[in-house]
Amino acid sequence: MKKNEIPQDEGYLGKIAREVTYAVDDEGKYVTGRSSGWTVKEEANDVAWESFERQINEAKQRVINGEMSPVFYWMEKRMMDQGIVAQYMGIWKWSVKRHMKPSVFKKLSDAKIKKYAEVFETSVEEFKNPFK
Amino acid sequence: MTSDFKHIQAAHCENGVTTSLLAHYGIHKITEPLAFGIGSGLFYIQLPFMKVNGGPAISFRTLPGAIFKRTCVALDVPVTRKKYSNPQKAMAELDERLAAGKPTACQVGVYYLTYFPKEYRFHFNAHNIIVVDKQGDDYIISDPVMEGLVTLNSYELERVRFAKGAFAPRGQMYYPGENLTEATDVQLRTGIIKGIKRNCRDMLHIPGPIGGTDGIAYTGRQIKKWKAKLGDEKARMYLAQLVRMQEEIGTGGGGFRFIYGAFLQQAHQYLPVDELFDLSKKFTESGDKWRDAAIQASGIYKGRLSSHADYNKMGDMLIEISALEKNTFNQLKAMIKKVN
Repeated sequence: MKKNEIPQDEGYLGKIAREVTYAVDDEGKYVTGRSSGWTVKEEANDVAWESFERQINEAKQRVINGEMSPVFYWMEKRMMDQGIVAQYMGIWKWSVKRHMKPSVFKKLSDAKIKKYAEVFETSVEEFKNPFK
Repeated sequence: MTSDFKHIQAAHCENGVTTSLLAHYGIHKITEPLAFGIGSGLFYIQLPFMKVNGGPAISFRTLPGAIFKRTCVALDVPVTRKKYSNPQKAMAELDERLAAGKPTACQVGVYYLTYFPKEYRFHFNAHNIIVVDKQGDDYIISDPVMEGLVTLNSYELERVRFAKGAFAPRGQMYYPGENLTEATDVQLRTGIIKGIKRNCRDMLHIPGPIGGTDGIAYTGRQIKKWKAKLGDEKARMYLAQLVRMQEEIGTGGGGFRFIYGAFLQQAHQYLPVDELFDLSKKFTESGDKWRDAAIQASGIYKGRLSSHADYNKMGDMLIEISALEKNTFNQLKAMIKKVN
């Protein structure tokens, strides 16, 4: 890549920091330049996000249908998996799995609810009723 | 303290942390490309059976921590690395070092990194930052990705130091010794030779088909099957993930190939073999081909291209890169053998 070819497209990161990029100058010597973004990779990011959004919507539907508890929705919303949730909660993975059952969820202690809300960066109210 | 610390923006976080910390404690000859090359940072692997964010687990670089460690070892710099099970202790020991005016590196997760844009906040736990100072409840942070210093409060810093998931940092902090003597040209020469040899070994001789230059062809062959095996939607997501690993924050473009090209040019000052310039050009060529492949991939994941032939072309581009890099690394290996 030549220095004058360093892409200067609009990027997500570019809004807060232009990235250091290595390229060669006219004499073939390596120099650094800054890049505000590159459409090709911004689009790659978009594809990843679209796929997350789809998963989140599916999770939302399943919670609304009463198949799953809000724990499932928030896990997807925060791009976590059961293992990550269990580690942040300091409980076993199978407990997280149980808490995803609406019947078990109803009986969760206030302390657990509060901890979940903290892990998912939301209020207790919003954690319990995410679609209000 | 903040006033004597010089923030250095780098392409890759670990290179940047290594370069800035060594400079702060007395070694100024190390640049980002030198740290990357001495640390044998270039790599390629696709781990089968493992998924990251629902896509293929691909890496273009060596293991987290290796670049810092190898560079320090090459320069006879002592390294301390600590992990914690107790967050209070982890924060207290960091505070102690900061109170003594000693900037310290931490491995952190990016998910709760508040100064990152939302689009970059994935559960990725091998990010590196330097904590420079503490003012009240705020920590002054030198994050090599950022153009200037940023801050995190104590709650936020503790949270990212104890991020959970794969490669959980467990509060890890690390730092080199103090009052270091400037690296000698002989140390650099020896470090460069060793770094190149180790990188040739990793890229050419790692056993099995999934890593090194062979691994690139492995991914190329897989890509040709993705459309039929995964369906369009998932195949697109997989390709996007490959491009993200290759071009996202930290690689300096072209999956680190351009940084490696810069390393070979800078190495010439300590290892005056003119062939290095020719080899550097070959890495530039490789990096350019990786970027061409990314453009082809983007055609597919944005839906402009979708036929089997388009996937085949994408796969072939990687197979060609694999052959090119195998050739380049063999030339590099032959060159470095002669200098001893």
